[in-house]
Amino acid sequence: MAVSGIVMVLYLIAHMIGNLKAFSGAESFNSYSAWIRTVGNPALPGQTTLWIIRIALLVAVVAHIWAAVSLWRQAKRARPERYVTKKAVAQSYASRTMRWGGVIILAFIIYHILDLTTGTVNPEGHDSTPYDRLVASFENPLVTAFYAISVILLGMHLRHGIWSATQTLGQSNRRREKTVSAFAFGFATLLTLGFLLVPLSVLFGLID
Amino acid sequence: MPLELFTTGEPIADTKAPTDVPIGERWSERQFRGRLVNPANRRKMTIIVVGTGLAGGSAAATLGEAGYKVKSFWYQDSPRRAHSVAAQGGINAAKNYRNDGDSVHRLFYDTVKGGDFRARENNVHRLAEVSVNIIDQAVAQGVPFAREYGGLLDNRSFGGTQVSRTFYARGQTGQQLLYGAYQALERQIAAGTVEQNARTEMLDLIIVDGRARGIVARDLVTGEISTHFADAVVIASGGYSNVFYLSTNAKGSNTTAIWRAHKRGAYFANPCYTQIHPTCIPVKGDYQSKLTLMSESLRNDGRVWVPKERGDDRPANDIPEDERDYYLERLYPAFGNLVPRDIASRQAKNVCDEGRGVGPGGLGVYLDFAEAIERLGRPAVEAKYGNLFDMYAQITGEDPYVTPMRIFPAVHYTMGGLWVDYDLQSTIPGMFVIGEANFSDHGANRLGASALMQGLADGYFVLPSTISSYLADGPFEKVDESHPAAVEALQGVQEQTQKLLNINGTRTPASFHRELGQLMWDLCGMERTDEGLRKAIDRIREIRQEFWSNLKVGGDWHSFNQTLEHAGRVADFIELGELMCVDALHRRESCGGHFRAESQTPEGEALRDDENFAYVAAWEWTPEGQAPVLHKENLEYEYVHLAQRSYK
Amino acid sequence: MTASMQSSVGNPGAEKRGMNLTLRIWRQQGPTAKGKMVTYKITDISPDMSFLEMLDVLNEQLILQGDDPVAFDHDCREGICGMCGVMINGQAHGPQQTTTCQLHMRSFKDGDSIDIEPWRASPFPVIKDLAVDRRAFDRIIQAGGYISVPTGTAPDAHATPVPKADSDAAFDAATCIGCGACVAACPNASSMLFTAAKVTHLGLMPQGQPERNDRVVNMIAQQDREGFGGCTNIGECSAACPKGISMETISRLNHDLLGALRAGARPKS
Ligand SMILES: Cc1cc2nc3c(=O)[nH]c(=O)nc-3n(C[C@H](O)[C@H](O)[C@H](O)COP(=O)(O)OP(=O)(O)OC[C@H]3O[C@@H](n4cnc5c(N)ncnc54)[C@H](O)[C@@H]3O)c2cc1C
Ligand code: HEM
Ligand code: HEM
Ligand code: SF4
Ligand code: F3S
Ligand code: FES
Repeated sequence: MAVSGIVMVLYLIAHMIGNLKAFSGAESFNSYSAWIRTVGNPALPGQTTLWIIRIALLVAVVAHIWAAVSLWRQAKRARPERYVTKKAVAQSYASRTMRWGGVIILAFIIYHILDLTTGTVNPEGHDSTPYDRLVASFENPLVTAFYAISVILLGMHLRHGIWSATQTLGQSNRRREKTVSAFAFGFATLLTLGFLLVPLSVLFGLID
Repeated sequence: MPLELFTTGEPIADTKAPTDVPIGERWSERQFRGRLVNPANRRKMTIIVVGTGLAGGSAAATLGEAGYKVKSFWYQDSPRRAHSVAAQGGINAAKNYRNDGDSVHRLFYDTVKGGDFRARENNVHRLAEVSVNIIDQAVAQGVPFAREYGGLLDNRSFGGTQVSRTFYARGQTGQQLLYGAYQALERQIAAGTVEQNARTEMLDLIIVDGRARGIVARDLVTGEISTHFADAVVIASGGYSNVFYLSTNAKGSNTTAIWRAHKRGAYFANPCYTQIHPTCIPVKGDYQSKLTLMSESLRNDGRVWVPKERGDDRPANDIPEDERDYYLERLYPAFGNLVPRDIASRQAKNVCDEGRGVGPGGLGVYLDFAEAIERLGRPAVEAKYGNLFDMYAQITGEDPYVTPMRIFPAVHYTMGGLWVDYDLQSTIPGMFVIGEANFSDHGANRLGASALMQGLADGYFVLPSTISSYLADGPFEKVDESHPAAVEALQGVQEQTQKLLNINGTRTPASFHRELGQLMWDLCGMERTDEGLRKAIDRIREIRQEFWSNLKVGGDWHSFNQTLEHAGRVADFIELGELMCVDALHRRESCGGHFRAESQTPEGEALRDDENFAYVAAWEWTPEGQAPVLHKENLEYEYVHLAQRSYK
Repeated sequence: MTASMQSSVGNPGAEKRGMNLTLRIWRQQGPTAKGKMVTYKITDISPDMSFLEMLDVLNEQLILQGDDPVAFDHDCREGICGMCGVMINGQAHGPQQTTTCQLHMRSFKDGDSIDIEPWRASPFPVIKDLAVDRRAFDRIIQAGGYISVPTGTAPDAHATPVPKADSDAAFDAATCIGCGACVAACPNASSMLFTAAKVTHLGLMPQGQPERNDRVVNMIAQQDREGFGGCTNIGECSAACPKGISMETISRLNHDLLGALRAGARPKS
């Protein structure tokens, strides 16, 4: 769980930086998209690097979901009879929404790939440049809203996820606890803002 | 004394201690003379151990390691809950890690003197010898005792001694020691040498051909009553302070295991020796179910006082220094607040009787940490006693860092118990009794931090060694549930259980228990008189009558029925209460925790009568309607000379 | 006057006496029976009573009416044996971070309604009403929660000094009373905090080192076998724990677990 989560986190960092290239214009953004498809050429043929990333990601996602589902089922089996009254004390909103939040993020990713990678659900269709697809999508407030909600959920998922991963990897302790918590919060916020920047900028016409 | 209360039988004596060698060699000599069971034979022998406290838990684990087949019984869900878990203050050992002049001999001496010369020298000396091994064993098990910055073990001092020999784990020493024994026991359960019987209560002893061969027990969950057999039976069921209803013992602590063994022929020694602990949280209301101890270690730094004037009801902090009476420091300058428990308790009672008590009903004295907080700083006091202070605040709703604690004595420990010889064997061959359940090593008063020591000494070191002498004659002929003795015992238990259910009167077991406890506290508590005890005996007989004609239990015995459990225990407490009063009445001297108003020095200290009472009173049960029989075991003091105890 | 502690004591809370409460209690005849919440009215409850004393009062009434009293576990009633424990208004051991027996009625107000349920986790089957079977914890200890040191084989206690800081931290973890509130509070019904407390206690002591790797893998394997949920670091356990066992112990367990697995330790089957 922690390892697959971290792989995804690493990808997200790179992805966010890539996204921010949208601010330096269509050229730069598209060439980044092209670059990622051809990097390593000619030593590595075609889209090798991209596929390596994609496969790694896919493995991580599958592993992550598999782990999440089995934990979920284990928890259900461990408490078949639920409480009539149950109060949460320490649970943060973030930790409580890990599962359903995760599902929504998954739905988002699927939509997102259909939208921006394959263009299937994108108004520009799949023959357009990535940059056009991006702009087309986010000019629609509904799409942007969906993106925004998903990204915020993702932020929360990460805020708990990062702290949780340090625990799971046995790296937390009383002295570090505060630091880890603060880092998780800071990192998740940064990532969320970073991802929000592009869609919002498009929506408000800063990028067109 | 009117004849009908008891009769006197043959004297009794311990024949196992090798008194032909000097005291320091007796234990090793006994081990040498005792017979052994070879490892191959051990596998063929079964030992029942009732109880998983420090005594029973350590014994079962050690016997399992040794290769015996052990069957372990306890009434809670887990062995870790035995009431030893509640011991706070510490455990003594003659390690002399402080280089303050401690030694095996000094621990021996302090304990005999502390017990007011009513303990057996041989046993006490062995206890002191073995004490050092206990600490080694516990440390190796990972017990996190308090340590100094250098990484070595820390010690503190406890009442009745002038050296620091008490090892402790903050205010949870018993818990940590018990977990050590519990973990060793669980290891044996996993290894298959110990069979576990959780939530199973011993209700009778099975004797075949004069030997203890098994028990009748009730599975408290399914209600099933069944028989269990072995080559020897070890009882480690703890103390019987709950005869007073309110005590520092757990709600389930009972006398049932030892009382029913007593009714099968085991002598009950010194039942009236109870310890009243001086520092407990005072009672608040009539709904109260339990008293909570504040560790004696608090007297290391807390100062006990009451107002000089009677009826002074100003808040503690408004009473100026020169209007306070630090009565322990005044009366006992040498030991001050660290006098033994019996003395501290009685003096608290005295000042309250004078009308100088504090708090509701004038039943309390102050235990004040203001001076310690000033001297050591609050953080240091917190580090030492934090959990006790929190507990106090939780229960009383008062902050002891700001206002002094209010404390009052409460029943805490029973020095009496089943009579055992040096081998810890009762008068029934094959039945051994260890820990607080036996009458043991503390005489008429137990010093703080010695019960944990005794429980573990018995369980880890003494019993596993002595029991082999008995088992060397085994394995004994097989018995099973068809044996007439087993059938008789099983039916007896079933009948009594059914009888409790059939009465269907109008009073709950708790209401009888409360009434009995109140009576015992008033008339057989901190101060006892001839007149009061006679009154108590009459009254207890009436309570018993009413119990068996007006009890209401409800439910059946084929299921989980906590009211029924309680009823069975109360029935035994009532009978035990009567014997305690008879014992207290016949002992017309004061000694240790037994204070007879008729026998005191001009200063109001306990006045022993060594000429007439230097003996252990071992009582034999007689059938319904007949007076119990007193057997005396003479006590001789070769090494510690009989003297009036003085802590001035 | 003799110092009689039981009868002559006035009730200092007398003027405050008289809380009236509505209790909704889970009643279940036996392990396989179906249970339900049953409502009881109870009057005249003193704020100085402990929660269990309040239940005693209810039970005395039920017995006298010929009704079945409410079964609940308890023993020491001073917060140390770990025998007591019920869900009170959705919180393990109730609104304060203490044991059920140490919770006092001053935490409630006149007129309050209180829901009382047993711990819920399939490895803790209900015995009756509020009493559950927690022997799964003992089996986790059996799997490795000990140091193997047969009686009589120990070296002198001062042979191995232990740094005070380690010893103190080990003690903090060792104070776990095995009450099961962590499991009850955990949304996953995980026993991680309990297991972690023991792994931490023994892992911090030099005496615990030889078995350190095997201990952690076997205890974890056993808790899975018992059917407890997995830990996703939610933290409800530690917030409910009457002994304040910290989340740090879980991290430490995970650290040991990864180390043990890397070193090749595998659970005994
Ligand atoms: C609050 C408190 C604080 C104390 N502090 C200290 C201290 O600081 N230092 C010190 O030295 N001593 C102290 N003591 C005394 C000491 O703790 C006890 O005397 C000692 O722990 C008793 O141990 P035990 O093994 O004999 O019995 P227990 O620990 O009481 O164990 C009894 C066992 O017997 C079982 N049992 C009982 N009846 C039955 C039955 N009928 N059938 C089946 N099983 C049964 C129980 O389940 C349990 O496992 C304290 C005592 C109390 C109450
Ligand atoms: C695809 C849908 C997803 C689901 C169903 C899902 C679900 C979960 C669940 C149930 C947890 C365990 C909760 C916990 O440990 O506290 C978790 C943890 C985590 N998730 Fe996700 N998640 C998803 C996607 C993601 C994504 C896209 C990322 C990162 C980019 C991510 C990063 C993490 C991290 C870092 C953890 C912490 C791992 C740990 O505690 O060991 N998750 N996730
Ligand atoms: C909200 C801001 C985001 C923007 C503007 C954005 C933009 C894009 C674009 C333009 C592509 C297509 C790239 C290409 O085909 O070259 C893409 C692909 C992708 N994005 Fe995003 N993305 C955002 C957020 C996210 C988030 C939050 C996730 C994960 C949780 C994510 C995961 C992915 C994945 C998995 C791909 C497919 C990569 C591939 O297979 O090539 N994106 N994104
Ligand atoms: S960790 Fe805390 S809540 Fe869990 S069993 Fe131990 S003491 Fe109880
Ligand atoms: S609440 Fe449960 S998820 Fe883990 S941190 Fe505690 S066991
Ligand atoms: S009854 Fe022992 S902890 Fe509550």
